[in-house]
Parts: sequence; C-alpha cells; structure tokens
Amino acid sequence: MDFPPLAWQGVVVLVVFGVSLLIATYSTYAERVIAAFLQDRVGPDRAGPFGLLQPLADAVKLFTKEEFFPAGANRALFVFGPCLAMITALMSSAVIPFGNVLQFGETAIHLQGIEINVGMLYVFGMVSLGVYGIMIGGWASNNKFSLLGAIRAASQNISYEIAMGLALIAVLMMSGSLSLREITFQQASDAPFVWQDVFNWNVMKQPLGFLIFIVCAFAETNRTPFDLPECETELIGGYHTEYSSMKMGLYLFAEYINVFVASAVMSVLYFGGFNFPFQFELRNWLVSSQRLELVTASNIITIVGLLGIFAKIFSFIFFFMWVRWTLPRFRYDQLMRLGWTILIPLAIFNILLTGGLITFGIIK
Amino acid sequence: MSSLFLFLSFVALLSALGVVLAKNPVHSVLFLILTFFTLSGHYLLLNAQFLAAVNIIVYAGAIMVLFLFVIMFLNLNEDTEPHKPALAKFAAAIAGGSLLLILVAAMRDIQPEGYNATSFDSQIGMVDKLGLVLFQQYALPFELASILLLAAMVGSVMLGKRETGERNF
Repeated sequence: MDFPPLAWQGVVVLVVFGVSLLIATYSTYAERVIAAFLQDRVGPDRAGPFGLLQPLADAVKLFTKEEFFPAGANRALFVFGPCLAMITALMSSAVIPFGNVLQFGETAIHLQGIEINVGMLYVFGMVSLGVYGIMIGGWASNNKFSLLGAIRAASQNISYEIAMGLALIAVLMMSGSLSLREITFQQASDAPFVWQDVFNWNVMKQPLGFLIFIVCAFAETNRTPFDLPECETELIGGYHTEYSSMKMGLYLFAEYINVFVASAVMSVLYFGGFNFPFQFELRNWLVSSQRLELVTASNIITIVGLLGIFAKIFSFIFFFMWVRWTLPRFRYDQLMRLGWTILIPLAIFNILLTGGLITFGIIK
Repeated sequence: MSSLFLFLSFVALLSALGVVLAKNPVHSVLFLILTFFTLSGHYLLLNAQFLAAVNIIVYAGAIMVLFLFVIMFLNLNEDTEPHKPALAKFAAAIAGGSLLLILVAAMRDIQPEGYNATSFDSQIGMVDKLGLVLFQQYALPFELASILLLAAMVGSVMLGKRETGERNF
C-alpha cells in the first residue's frame, strides 16, 4: 500500500496525542503512589496488580457521577471552560521533538508532531492561553470562590509568564533559533568524555535560567507550592468548586497534561532533548564492529534517544510530584513578591550575564 | 489556500460582529479573542509565522486576559447596563459611519497586484529576516517605540505604588 509521507506525520500526531493522554492518566496514579511513598503509606493497591487499574476505576466513577449545573451559571461557558483547558493543554505537545528521524527505505519519519521554526513561541503562546479555561470556568460557575480562584489563576499566570519569557530569551540568545528541533541539535556533542557530553546541555550554560524556568513552570501549571487558584484552605476548591463528574476530570487531566508538556519542554530546552551521552560513539561502534548499516544504526540511536527523552520527562514529572508532597503552599502575597521582585530582576540579570559571556566568547 | 482565506475571513467578520452585538461583556471579550485567532491565521497565510505567534502571545494571551480580568471584577450584566442618551448614540453612529466611509474610500483606489512567484521571498516573515529589518532599516523607530513603552511602564508603576500611610491589609 502506498503510504504518503504526510500520512506518517498524521500517525505521529495521533501517537503524540495518545501518549499525552496515557501519561496524564497514569500521572494520576503516579501522584498517589508517590504521595503514599513520601508519606509512608500503602497507596492505591486494590484495582488490579499494584493498583494499576486505578485510573480506569476513576474514569468510570467520574463518568457516572451526576452532571451538576449550579444555579445562575452560564451553561455554555460552564461547559466550554474545561474543554478549553483540555484543548490548550493538548495542543502544546504538538511541536515537541520527541526524537530524531526514523529512516525506513524511502520514508523518513520525524518523531515530532509538526516542525515550525517558531516552536518555542508556539509553546509559550499555548501556555499563555491555558489560563482561559480556568478563568472562563471559574467565572461561569457563578460562585465567589470560583471567581477568586479564576482571578488568582489569571494574575499568577501573567506574572510568571514574564519571568518565564525572560528566561527563554537567554536560551534564545545562545541558540539563535526558535525551533525546538534546532535547539536540540545544538546540544548534541561528539566529545569523547561523558561530562563533556552533558556539559553541552543548556542547563550547564544556563543554570540560573533553568532555575527561573522551573519555578515559573510550577506556577504556570498551578502545581503546589503555587496552586493558589485551587487553594482548598481558602477557596474550597478554587475555580473548580462547582464542577463535578467528567468536567472536573477534564480540569484535573489538563493539569497533568500541562505537567507533562512542561517536563518535555524543560527536557528539550535545558537537558539536551533526545541527545544522550556517547550517542555518536555508540553509532560508530554499531557501524564498525557490529557491521550494521549506517541507517539501521541511526535508527537504533533514535530509539534510544526517544527512551532517553522520556526518561528525562518522567524524572521531571517525578520532581513535580516530589515537590508537591514536600513543600507547603505559598501565601498569595508571597507568590506575587517572588514573581515580581525576585524572579523578574533575576531573569533580566541572567540575560545581561548571558550577553556578557557570549560577548567574551566564554559560552556560545 | 483561497478557501482557507475565505473561511478565516468569514469567522473573523462573524466574531468581530459578535464583539459588538453580544449583550454579555464576557462574551464580547471571548469573541474578540476569536477575532485575534483568525487574524493570526491570516498572518500564517501571509507567511509571517513570527507575527502570528506574537499576536497570540501578546494580544490573545496577555492583553485579553487582563480585559477578561477587569470585566469579571466589574460584574457587568444587562440590568446594570447604563442607558445612553439618544444624542450619544447618534454621535457614535455618525463617527463610526464616517470612519467606515474613509476606510472604504481609501481602499477604492487599491489595485490588487498578484505576487511574482519567481522573485517572491518565502522567508520574508521569518524571525531572522524581521529582526534584520527592524534593527537595520527601522532601528530608530524601534528604539523610540521601546522608550514609549518604558515610559508607560514607569507611569503604571508610579500609579500602582503604595502611598505613604496607605495599608492594604
């Protein structure tokens, strides 16, 4: 059967979509297992072996619960809110390069949804749109606590977007490209020592930028210690106070997809993406001593790189959960003070520092 | 391509009408966001990826969030809507109508030129091209615009500053 190249890309898009959903599903399970581990409890272990069917049980529960509309709610926007949160969360994973090229004869499959040369801006734009789902849902609920949650989400996201963008500018100054694939390729290195390989990752050249970025990622995904929009002790449930059944599920799901995407973006921008130490040595060794063809060896490297980027992503997801069950929540004024008076000046300083280091040729 | 253009224009006009005609101000803002999206789509059709992305980030992602923020706080609805005097409506209709007249008159003399496929630079809207043009050809206007923005920023910080003796909590 003749399978046009664009169709392969369509398959990749579908796989990225499915993987995002699968990872979000099992993030709900992982969150509880990690919480149990950190608090020395047993955690979910009833549904299936090791409780692995727990997400399915949750889905059944959420789908069969009563669909509740609060009195005086704006019904259309009440439904539209969680849908929008889900859509923007899913759209941002489209440009992330999960792997290099798989070559099968004539067809080359890029393990990336779509490659655009403003990939970084695309992700940034989708992240900035993510807050609409929360705002609309919170407002349409016709509930003061929901509205307060929505307002908090909006001001928090706008505040931390600035520091995040400034941290990205420092990366951009080094890469000279907005394409995530290009940024990944620039972090590849054929140096013969493992530490040199790792040294080529942006995190080594941008430690301060990475620190700012990860703090902002926590704030943008509304994760503890910055989950002020759904702060239970003050706002009942925040923006999703009035939500029940699968609409509530969509909000929770969107949060986990955002965590996944934030982890993927951090892996790509700062931790070398699908590059891994000794990749060129491994390929050369496969070609020279194992007598493999160059194409096959490259495919093997691509697959190992794919596993590598997912290992990086999963470690970041674990980090997100680790922090959630370790640190208490900030107060709202502390959150704002951290964003505006510490992170933004620090990010501007980072830009100046990067500019100086590039001018004197210390990093490139 | 042409059908995509027609579709985007249709949605743009429809949502722009929605901004004006919607009774609920929150709906108006949401229609305005949709309008910005269709405009970004037009930028993409014109090969200006950077402009499209920045339009989404700045207008749809930041400015409209603030619009929505303020309107949600105001708690506007049909009951509290002030009834404007007939004179104001009349003046608004005259002003809007003359603006429409000027726009139509300005566009009347335009002669649409097709582009030359051989000399057309497909990279024209890309980030690096745009940056070169901005910093070489239009360096002075660019810097002046940034000073204007800086002045606005300083002004807003001044307005938002806590006065002596003022306590928020």
